[in-house]
Amino acid sequence: MNKPFTPSSASNTGLSSTGPGGDTGPDKSERAGRRATIDIVNASLGRRYRAERRFRFIGMSAVVIGLAFVAILFADIIGKGYSAFQQTYIRLTVDFAAEVIDPEGTRDRAVLSDANYLKLARDALAARFPEVTQRADKQALFGLLSPGAPQQLREMVMADPGIIGTTREVWVLADDDADMFMKGRSTPIDIQRGAGLASLIPVEGGADDQIQVLSTANDFSDIMSDLDDFRTEDRVDATSPGAQEELTPEMPSHLVAINGGLVKVQQATSAAVIGTLIKPLATATDAQPGQWATMRFGTPENDRRLKDPVVAWIYDLGEAGDIEKRFNSLFFTQGASREPELAGIAGALMGSFYTLVLTLLLSFPVGVGAALYLEEFAPRNWLTDLIEVNINNLAAVPSIIFGLLGLAVFINFFGIPRSTPLVGALVLTFMTLPTIIIASRSALQSVPPSIREAALGVGASPLQTQFHHVLPLAIPGMLTGAILGMARALGETAPLLMIGMVAFIVDTPTGFLSPSTVLPVQIYLWADSPEVGFVERTSAAILVLLAFLAVMNLAAVLLRRKFERRW
Amino acid sequence: MKKTLIAAAVTALSVSFATQAQARDYIAVVGSSTVFPFSTAVAENFGRKGTFKTPKVESTGTGGGIKLFCAGVGVDNPDIANASRRMKASEFEQCAEKGVKDIVEVKIGFDGIAIASSKKTKAMDLSLKDLFLALAKDVPNPDGSSTLVANPYKTWKDVNPALPDTKIEVLGPPPTSGTRDAFAELAMEGGCKQIDFIKAMEKEDKKKFQAVCMGVREDGAYIEAGENDNLIVQKLQANPKAVGIFGFSFLEQNQEKVQGAKIDGVAPTFKTISDGKYPVSRSLYFYVKKAHVGTIPGIPEFVTEFTSEAAWGPEGYLADKGLIPLPDQERKEVAKAARAMTPMTKP
Repeated sequence: MNKPFTPSSASNTGLSSTGPGGDTGPDKSERAGRRATIDIVNASLGRRYRAERRFRFIGMSAVVIGLAFVAILFADIIGKGYSAFQQTYIRLTVDFAAEVIDPEGTRDRAVLSDANYLKLARDALAARFPEVTQRADKQALFGLLSPGAPQQLREMVMADPGIIGTTREVWVLADDDADMFMKGRSTPIDIQRGAGLASLIPVEGGADDQIQVLSTANDFSDIMSDLDDFRTEDRVDATSPGAQEELTPEMPSHLVAINGGLVKVQQATSAAVIGTLIKPLATATDAQPGQWATMRFGTPENDRRLKDPVVAWIYDLGEAGDIEKRFNSLFFTQGASREPELAGIAGALMGSFYTLVLTLLLSFPVGVGAALYLEEFAPRNWLTDLIEVNINNLAAVPSIIFGLLGLAVFINFFGIPRSTPLVGALVLTFMTLPTIIIASRSALQSVPPSIREAALGVGASPLQTQFHHVLPLAIPGMLTGAILGMARALGETAPLLMIGMVAFIVDTPTGFLSPSTVLPVQIYLWADSPEVGFVERTSAAILVLLAFLAVMNLAAVLLRRKFERRW
Repeated sequence: MKKTLIAAAVTALSVSFATQAQARDYIAVVGSSTVFPFSTAVAENFGRKGTFKTPKVESTGTGGGIKLFCAGVGVDNPDIANASRRMKASEFEQCAEKGVKDIVEVKIGFDGIAIASSKKTKAMDLSLKDLFLALAKDVPNPDGSSTLVANPYKTWKDVNPALPDTKIEVLGPPPTSGTRDAFAELAMEGGCKQIDFIKAMEKEDKKKFQAVCMGVREDGAYIEAGENDNLIVQKLQANPKAVGIFGFSFLEQNQEKVQGAKIDGVAPTFKTISDGKYPVSRSLYFYVKKAHVGTIPGIPEFVTEFTSEAAWGPEGYLADKGLIPLPDQERKEVAKAARAMTPMTKP
């Protein structure tokens, strides 16, 4: 009878010392066994505490490492993306000349729409910089304007033809290169006030636009140190230090802002520089200390998309307050575009909206119905077992397979048009159905049998029992499953690849059958674009997508909290 | 209440289904991801004029695009296929079988493939043969005999003593990419042909010749970095010793960060690619289904927009996006043929 209480079996359980004191047996061997057990326990206690501490530590560090990665990810995305919510605009005084917009004075809308607004915008910019006369320079200057700027003027005129013949101040969109520069993603700029008295001397035998700047203080030491660095990099033959040297486009650019003009430094000694004027001087008098400045553009001119004259124009606009960053409302109102400054997520958002609404409408009723039938009505036999195994398997199938299925069945067989929210929703329905069915079944299982028995007991039919009593109690759990399934569908690109939703679509979709794309696809397409301006837009779109996912998951949690019932 | 809601939903759905039967009123473009940036730029400008809807441009890859394009005539099938290589004779036949007979071929320009490295290092000066020796799976035995051995080269210096002593580490596109095909064909095969005994193989055993010339090593020196060229640019910045392979437009847009290696002494620039001096460049095309002209609105106008000087000229907006224009004379001829909708003959 006492056989199970052999010392070895007691020590195995490790509980005998804390168990209730059934100390009735006077058996000596058992007492000895007990002592041995407590000793064994005491001996192993330290080890067991250590094991627990180790486990806690590992758990904590896993959480900390996980959080750190999430923090890094978010910091990276936000750091890259926040600037996309701002966009650079240039203030121009636009002359809405009647002879350009509507030479015949008919005010016919077709004429107004076809007018050459590009010329208006360019004329306004050219009037702002009268010193730019060369054709190549003008091309570079006009490059500051976004292709969206004429469109902006067109919309103004179409909205109010009364402004024809007047002159207005308009903030027009800047090009993405200028935008990147304003956001500091082109070159670092150091500006230092001049410490000495600067005098200007025309260069003997030089071209008209060449000028020498002399300073009484050591203002050009930066330039000299750049020259030294350049020499030590072994790319130029070493010459004696301190001698006058040429600056090349392979080294950082230096400019001198003096008397309202800008001098691009070409040769330098420690006390004087010679350069060309890229913006004419207002006066040629001496400049007092602090009244003039040297500028250093850290990225060499050859390595920049914006060359020195363009940078000088932007600087000039900036000094006059004619260029500034504003909230980028276009990002939320425009569809896709090849120009980063015109690209927005409105089209993709609407596409995602239509697709998800349809997915929910299709998958939720079907999923809940399937779960209800399988769980409550279907007989248990090999057929329902097979179906159950298949549903669980489908939940783990890679999503691209569903895309192939959609291509073969919906597009090739049923002839549903490609690239539409309808076909996208059908494919995503396939993908989310297993998730919804599994979640719904477990929600049904958690409703206690007493509910069903009570309902049946008061005379409800099985269908009434399910629809009037069980389903309302299971709905919160089902909704949670549906929202999680929707969140997954929102972030999916792979199945959409096969059904033509990875496409460039400018117009915002207007219904379930207009061609559209979805948010994650938009992110994918932007990430693949060569323009640097799309880098920040990619991150910004990711932020928007994350915000939506967070809202949906939060809704799932709140729904569960609010309606969940425990028995 | 519930019933009216359901009824409303059903009506809404059936109404939206009914609109499906209507003819498509926008142009559908499919095809190469290399031509995608150019095609989309034209589509956007075309749509901005307001007369027609903005065409829908899908990036499916050249092969996939031509397959869709050749699936038949009718509004369900795309009107235009972009391609980063010429249509193959077999594809042309498949098209004809499905009733797609009159196809207008439009050559739009060139795309260079840059072999680039970070600005933090010196630019490389490679030859096609260097590239082949550095990247091929099997290379001629270094002892000089006419046999092939598994690629033994670890550093660029091993390949050619004039090159730097850094590990061979090349980030490039995976085999599914058109850029990879073009690189294998233009750079690897070009370098491979400079080795006499392999060149002799071309006549005897063409399959083996292709396998030798286009087989890329799999021992970790060539790293498949995905289809995303931006990613390769970023990785090059992080790892200045690595070399990346990507389209010229990415080199142009990222000139702050990366520089192109000279190939056979020619640096990849706008000019060298357009006059054919830079060896690793290819032609880009699009194909128009003539049967759809008249059914789908705006196709001739779209072709006209694409072939206008404002778009594909040396100063057009496609040049800004990185397309390298055709020479002036050829551009005129192609534009004339395209606007007249002259069908192509079997390639």
